[in-house]
Amino acid sequence: MRIKSQKDFLAGLMFTIVGIGFAWGATNYTIGEGARMGPGYFPLMLGIVLAVLGLIVTFTALVVETEDGDKVGAIAWKPLCFIIGSNIVFGICLGGIPKLGIPSLGLIVGIYALTFIASMAGDEHKSKEVLVLATVLAVVSYLAFIVLLNLQFPVWPSFISR
Amino acid sequence: MELLSNLSLGFGVAFTPINLLYAFIGCLLGTAIGVLPGIGPVATIAMLLPATYALPPVSALIMLAGIYYGAAYGGSTTAILVNLPGESSSVVTVIDGYQMARQGRAGPALAAAGIGSFFAGSVATLILAAFAAPLTEVAFKFGPAEYFSLMVLGLIGAVVLASGSLVKAVAMIVLGLLLGLIGTDVNSGVARYSFDIPELTDGVGFIVIAMGVFGYGEIISNLGKHADEREVFTNAVKGLFPTREDFKRMAPAILRGTALGSALGILPGGGALLSAFAAYTIEKKTKLQPGEVPFGKGNIRGVAAPESANNAGSQTSFIPLLTLGIPPNAVMALMVGAMTIHNIQPGPQVMTSNPQLFWGLIASMWIGNAMLIILNLPLIGMWIKLLTVPYRWLFPAIVLFCAIGVYSTNNNTWDIWMVALFGIIGYGFIKLGAEPAPLLLGFILGPMMEENLRRALLLSRGDWSVFVTRPLSAGLLAAALLLLAIVLLPSIKAKREDVFHEEEA
Repeated sequence: MRIKSQKDFLAGLMFTIVGIGFAWGATNYTIGEGARMGPGYFPLMLGIVLAVLGLIVTFTALVVETEDGDKVGAIAWKPLCFIIGSNIVFGICLGGIPKLGIPSLGLIVGIYALTFIASMAGDEHKSKEVLVLATVLAVVSYLAFIVLLNLQFPVWPSFISR
Repeated sequence: MELLSNLSLGFGVAFTPINLLYAFIGCLLGTAIGVLPGIGPVATIAMLLPATYALPPVSALIMLAGIYYGAAYGGSTTAILVNLPGESSSVVTVIDGYQMARQGRAGPALAAAGIGSFFAGSVATLILAAFAAPLTEVAFKFGPAEYFSLMVLGLIGAVVLASGSLVKAVAMIVLGLLLGLIGTDVNSGVARYSFDIPELTDGVGFIVIAMGVFGYGEIISNLGKHADEREVFTNAVKGLFPTREDFKRMAPAILRGTALGSALGILPGGGALLSAFAAYTIEKKTKLQPGEVPFGKGNIRGVAAPESANNAGSQTSFIPLLTLGIPPNAVMALMVGAMTIHNIQPGPQVMTSNPQLFWGLIASMWIGNAMLIILNLPLIGMWIKLLTVPYRWLFPAIVLFCAIGVYSTNNNTWDIWMVALFGIIGYGFIKLGAEPAPLLLGFILGPMMEENLRRALLLSRGDWSVFVTRPLSAGLLAAALLLLAIVLLPSIKAKREDVFHEEEA
């Protein structure tokens, strides 16, 4: 049997697996009955519905012809890793990792780190330009979020501000 | 008259200098982010939501409404100038708007969009004000069974409009509902699907999902595509004002668009997108006057009608939210989240318990529309400049604002890890061709649906027939079935695919 739509086939599989996961998880909670629903009732119901829908999508993907096979296509690993990575590094800069003894480095350091890592995701990467961009973003963010909106951020590294 | 006294109360709230300022800032920021290609209103609102945390609730909502209109209007600017719809509801504007821009008539096209939107917005605001009170009365007659059925109708309505596979869209809703159930169950106190992680007992933040899926997911997908040359008409915008001929043609189109948009916006799942499509289709059906440019070749009516309709629709789609507390689309789902953050439970009680907020918001809608036209027509040069900013500068800034916004929700790095996760998931959705907007709607409605289902069945002692024996509830469910049946009819199905093909072409 040939897969006629790769996208739908995988999407259907995802729905089915997630649906089964939720339904199976729901069995750990009290299910109850219609008149007195336990915490597991609604998720169990929805999980089963999702799994069934997933099966329908998968089945359709095997039967209904598409023009080009509806390929998922290449995964953009580079932007995926750099964008998500920059976000995680930003989080580490703000919160630090107490378990590993990494101190909080604060917002400003975080902005520079995020801008540098994120901009690697693009096709061009000019260090000077990125430096200017990061500085502009740092100044704007400081003025907008800290001075104007008064949001609570660790601005500077914790070992300096203390 | 009650309507007038209510409106004057509203304008009294909205016309304070400070609220006017927030409306202005909201419109400005909304337009600035909204003109960026690939960022729709959902991502814009999610990104700018943290900017409103520190404000009092009324000002915050006024500013958010401004952001929403700004984002919607910015989207049409992008559509006309870059041939890229900034959001789904301006996809039809692209067809004739871009052609007008190519003929050097970007100015009149932008003006038509602006004037049309303003007129439609003003009318729809009046409709909203007039209908809000009686509808709220109806809302108080709603029991849990009716609410449940209404949500079913709303969700079905929302997927009917999703492009692509209907089953996939329904599955995305169910997935959203399930994600919404993560966290502590209010009735039993059991923490569901929290894997013993304390942060998860509060559930997943809706901002996290909105930003991860709509912000990060789309950036990654945009960067993955090869940067094709964007053709921006920077010099072409001269002579903003439409000619008298233009006015004569667009006036009836604006009127039709407004009427259609106002009506369709009230429907659950309706709103901007459906209104714009319907308005364009109707304009296309009307006869061309002698000497008029055909549709698809730069007809000004093809810009004026859908733009009026989508603005009217986005205005009246506040009606179900404000009166029933049920968001009809993803943008309104975000508004619910925003209200909850400011400790306002949307629903019929808002109008009675907090009339200043309610009428102030309605008045500020009109003010927001007025500001848009004041802001956008003279400042159009600035927005065009923004369009020429290279994407390699924009996306790190967007990533940063998302990250800052997410962190400031709870001042907690946990949300930053979660948004990373949902960014990956969101990219996966795009790759698998699963549209994420229904997911967000389901996510907001999940807990509400469970609660109402639970209460309805408790009252009926477990008898499911309660949903069909109560006339209001039965009617709502019948409407949902009808919608589904209509979409599944072969002839309509073909047409629906046709419409969405046109959008891609």
